[in-house]
Amino acid sequence: MADREYGFRTRAIHAGNVPDSATGARAMPIYQSSAFVFDSTEDAAARFALQKYGNIYSRLANPTVASFEERIASLEGGLGAVATASGLSAQFVTFASLAGAGDHIVASSTLYGGSITQLDVTLRRFGIDTTFVASDDPADYAAAIIPGRTKLLFAETVANPSGDIADIAGLADVAHAADIPLVIDSTIATPFLCRPIDWGADIVVHSATKFLGGHGTTLGGVVVESGRFDWSNHTFPLFEETVPHYGGLTWHGNFGEYAFLTRLRAEQLRDIGPALAPHSAFLLAQGVETLPYRMQAHVDNARAVAEWLDADDRVEAVHWAGLPSHRHHERAQQYLPIGPGAVFSFDVAGGRAAGQKVIENMQLASHLANIGDAKTLIIHPGSTTHAQLTEQQLVEAGIGPGLVRLSVGIEDVADIIDDLDQALDAAKGA
Amino acid sequence: MSDTAVADDSSTETVTLANGLTCAIPASSPLAKLLKSQRTWVGPGAKERLGILRKAKSIAIVGASPNPARSSYFVGTYLQQSSDYRVYFVNPNASEILGQPAYPDLASLPEVPDIVDVFRKASDIPSVIDDVLAIGASTVWVQLGIWNEEAAVYGESQGLTVVMDRCIKVEHARFHGGLHLMGFDTGVISSRRQVR
Repeated sequence: MADREYGFRTRAIHAGNVPDSATGARAMPIYQSSAFVFDSTEDAAARFALQKYGNIYSRLANPTVASFEERIASLEGGLGAVATASGLSAQFVTFASLAGAGDHIVASSTLYGGSITQLDVTLRRFGIDTTFVASDDPADYAAAIIPGRTKLLFAETVANPSGDIADIAGLADVAHAADIPLVIDSTIATPFLCRPIDWGADIVVHSATKFLGGHGTTLGGVVVESGRFDWSNHTFPLFEETVPHYGGLTWHGNFGEYAFLTRLRAEQLRDIGPALAPHSAFLLAQGVETLPYRMQAHVDNARAVAEWLDADDRVEAVHWAGLPSHRHHERAQQYLPIGPGAVFSFDVAGGRAAGQKVIENMQLASHLANIGDAKTLIIHPGSTTHAQLTEQQLVEAGIGPGLVRLSVGIEDVADIIDDLDQALDAAKGA
Repeated sequence: MSDTAVADDSSTETVTLANGLTCAIPASSPLAKLLKSQRTWVGPGAKERLGILRKAKSIAIVGASPNPARSSYFVGTYLQQSSDYRVYFVNPNASEILGQPAYPDLASLPEVPDIVDVFRKASDIPSVIDDVLAIGASTVWVQLGIWNEEAAVYGESQGLTVVMDRCIKVEHARFHGGLHLMGFDTGVISSRRQVR
């Protein structure tokens, strides 16, 4: 091996996939196996006790999944990663690791609707309260922290559909002043556009289903940790308490900087069970090989489409922070200098009926509830992805009645614009 | 170090990344500020650590514990079962560890170990280094979480190879697949088969 840090494009293709020692296979092998044989009873006992590395059962770890995990950890600049069955399960295992009944989370009010309901419905029922902050000012997050109860801050690099950009460095300062970690969902950015760990975030979660996989074929999630947070700072006593199930070890005492990710795998994946399937890991990892090229094409197309919509009378507003008119344009230039992603929304003149008419008339863009496909996708959030939010939550998430969300694909941009043009015509006077 | 551009700046500094590799980045970048180290002693890089581990045939663990919950027991189990090293345990208060005799001191070992791996508090490191020098071993490896910069400089001045604040289990596993299996970034990019 060479003693150097390879570039992003090289790591997107090679990280996590050294040729298989048994077969020399150059492509990433798919280890489609539920369990793995032990060499001896002594070996089995040492693996179960976490005293040595080794596969046991694919709910805990799998070699193909490990390749995907290492690849994402490398691209995000993290210590390591734990992959999960979906983006929401990546969040859930993270929250379950750090918070319990009586604890508190401070989160952005502009989160993806599914993230809001996970916190607001299921985790609240488990006794974990969340305060949603309807502000982009880190000082308002600081004010929402309850000393002794708040266990983490949670925000998205690029919010959807509002297009807001998180002040990651500012939020990290607020979190660290309270001895708690900053957790960032960076699904829309991907590590090609922004690496939150570089700006002070401690944990990054992704829905790998979106741009990481990139082709709308495969569900998956991943949790990346920086290895910098001090898990022995007494905010999380569990990291310093004796663990009877693992022979009396202590997570921080035995694993140091590896404590969070080791525990996430050995406790949360063990107990909750949202493992990523090996075949899915293969598909996602293969998608990541072209991530830099796809993301560049996505943001180039997004810029052309956003500027075209912005100049059009049939459109009232375009919410993409790459435009100078967006309130977070400067932040976008700071945190996402290549471009603030390819997911944004716009308000169609004529309100809800006109917005629905646009969607019904699209010929190329697909009407579905997903983002981050090579194909252009479109949806009306108010009646679909965010329909389970209250009127007040919709306002706080920046979702007006005529709002249409686009996930700009990597087709010929002239074809995407032509499709929007004819659909906007059809919606006139709706 | 990659594509998300940072402000152009002529001054760079060398930082240690989470994967244990080092790289030069602009001194004004936020990452440089985050990784800024107060430490002045810099140990062997990743490729040198791999060289140390590949050259060695025997490892003695000073401060080895018979308690299965202790880190040294984890390291001993791993080295016994996942490597080809001859492993020795040194602890004057134990008679047997992991099925092997425990030796009272380094001088009592049946051979001079290639690496002396140390689980002792930072203030004990200078005396351990004197013991290592006395038996003529070439490398002292001070475990993760233990830091004594003066002792490291002293050891190097006496001709020792010194590794410090690193886990020998983690570093061996970095190059031999174990760390990878658990989803950690090993920093290993290679078109050659995994070493065994």
